[in-house]
Amino acid sequence: MSDGRTQPANAPKIAVRDVHKSFGPKVVLDGIDIDCGVGESLVIIGGSGTGKSVLIKCILGLLHPESGSIRIDGVETVGMRRAARTALMRKFGMLFQGAALFDSLRVWENVAFGLIQGRGMERAGAKRIALEKLASVGLGPEVGELRPAELSGGMQKRVALARAIAAEPEIIFFDEPTTGLDPIMADVINDLIIKCVREVGATAVSITHDMVSARKIGDRIAMLHKGKIVWQGPATEIDDSGNPFVEQFVNGRAEGPIQMEVRAI
Amino acid sequence: MTAFLARVGAAFLGFLAATGRLAGFALMGLAGIFSPPFYPRLILRQIVYMGYYSLPVVGLTAIFTGMVLALQSYTGFSRFNAESAVATVVVLSVTRELGPVIAGLMVAGRVGAAMAAEIGTMRVTDQIDALTTLSTDPYRYLVLPRLLAGLITLPLLVVVADILGVFGGYIVGTVKLGFNPANYLTQTETYLETMDVVSGLVKAGVFGFIVSLMGCYHGYQSRGGAEGVGQATTYAVVSASIMILLSNYLLTAAFFGK
Ligand SMILES: Nc1ncnc2c1ncn2[C@@H]1O[C@H](COP(=O)(O)OP(=O)(O)OP(=O)(O)O)[C@@H](O)[C@H]1O
Ligand SMILES: [Mg+2]
Repeated sequence: MSDGRTQPANAPKIAVRDVHKSFGPKVVLDGIDIDCGVGESLVIIGGSGTGKSVLIKCILGLLHPESGSIRIDGVETVGMRRAARTALMRKFGMLFQGAALFDSLRVWENVAFGLIQGRGMERAGAKRIALEKLASVGLGPEVGELRPAELSGGMQKRVALARAIAAEPEIIFFDEPTTGLDPIMADVINDLIIKCVREVGATAVSITHDMVSARKIGDRIAMLHKGKIVWQGPATEIDDSGNPFVEQFVNGRAEGPIQMEVRAI
Repeated sequence: MTAFLARVGAAFLGFLAATGRLAGFALMGLAGIFSPPFYPRLILRQIVYMGYYSLPVVGLTAIFTGMVLALQSYTGFSRFNAESAVATVVVLSVTRELGPVIAGLMVAGRVGAAMAAEIGTMRVTDQIDALTTLSTDPYRYLVLPRLLAGLITLPLLVVVADILGVFGGYIVGTVKLGFNPANYLTQTETYLETMDVVSGLVKAGVFGFIVSLMGCYHGYQSRGGAEGVGQATTYAVVSASIMILLSNYLLTAAFFGK
């Protein structure tokens, strides 16, 4: 955890206020307000295409919202200069939905990338850490020598996870960490995420469709629908939220307030 | 009429905006020259990739160009009994124009396309965003090494192209057209000035920069999966080729124009 924090301990690590983001005429985020406390694990759920990935890319500064405020450790990041942004990135780790491994580099070099390029660590030390992180996601040292293209989708996801946590960042974003994994490996990953939060003290924001995983890793759950947060609360209350959107989503029913735009064939 | 003017105006504004974006991109890429981190190994790798692997293509086209030049200028000049100018025409055309232009176009097709495809794929699979989240500036890591490699490598390739182009002319001149080898070489040297070669090398540097810039820019801007990457590749080659020919004229005018 960062030593140089100046604001009171109860200030949120991430504070998102009234964030709007559209692509052309398509409004994706329509006034998002959400907080995430220090050392908290926040899970974001919501239908496919509701803008969950867009929201965390806005928080990371990879996409720029049209309006609103995003504060990290109390510092406004919307409209931040590039140099300050690069410095801020050291606090972040991100697991991309599509893994986004560098296919010109070997697996261990991918995992060690942030340590070597981002932090200037020497290669031998970085490789040792990379192999440790690979082991923690259930991949042996022989996998470290392969290229990403030689791995299965689930293995790529785990490598991407190892890369996201390799530099032990303060804030980690997981975009669908368990999608594409078998139930047993999914639970191993859940435990790993919990370990990052509980033991290392990281703040975590995860996106998932997997309600088992959401209940297990989340301290708090927020639901995104039509560009707004329609419900948020402690993970323990997800089953009696009293919110029709959440109930429909959690129980996976086609009937309810959330209308899927499909036509019968 | 006003509708027509409006359309011309809109097209012109669009052109200005695109030029501005491109210039901004080039500046962002070059900004990293002045402060660390530098990536010398990446620059070296790009130089090897651009230069060494382009040697066969550039070499072959240069030889054949020199050969054709000798043949054509001979048939042309023999009508004025000016056959002795063949060697001079070959060496001036190759060093001033054909060496740099042909090397530039070949490298645009071979390297510019590959650059756009590689960076475009990295864009659409979020690898560029991943670089950013790993505290690595993609402009420094991806764009700058390629821009520098283009700037450095193409002049080196053009030195080779110049030599092989003259050699091609020499072969045709001596073997097929019956010139005396020693005379041909003397003819080659006599009218060649330093400026002819230097102007060609400066052009080469500019063309190399253009190839890398267009490859990186179109790759960086690509959107929408495999189709977007394919489009980026095409744009990179077409725009680099056009810009090479255009800037070639401007540079020639600047060097030799009255
Ligand atoms: N770069 C982009 N350009 C244009 N539209 C985009 C872009 N990125 C996302 N969108 C749009 O924004 C909407 C939200 O996308 P997003 O990826 O955030 O969905 P999601 O909630 O993560 O869905 P999923 O659960 O399927 O991953 C989608 O409708 C998508 O079409
Ligand atoms: Mg998503």
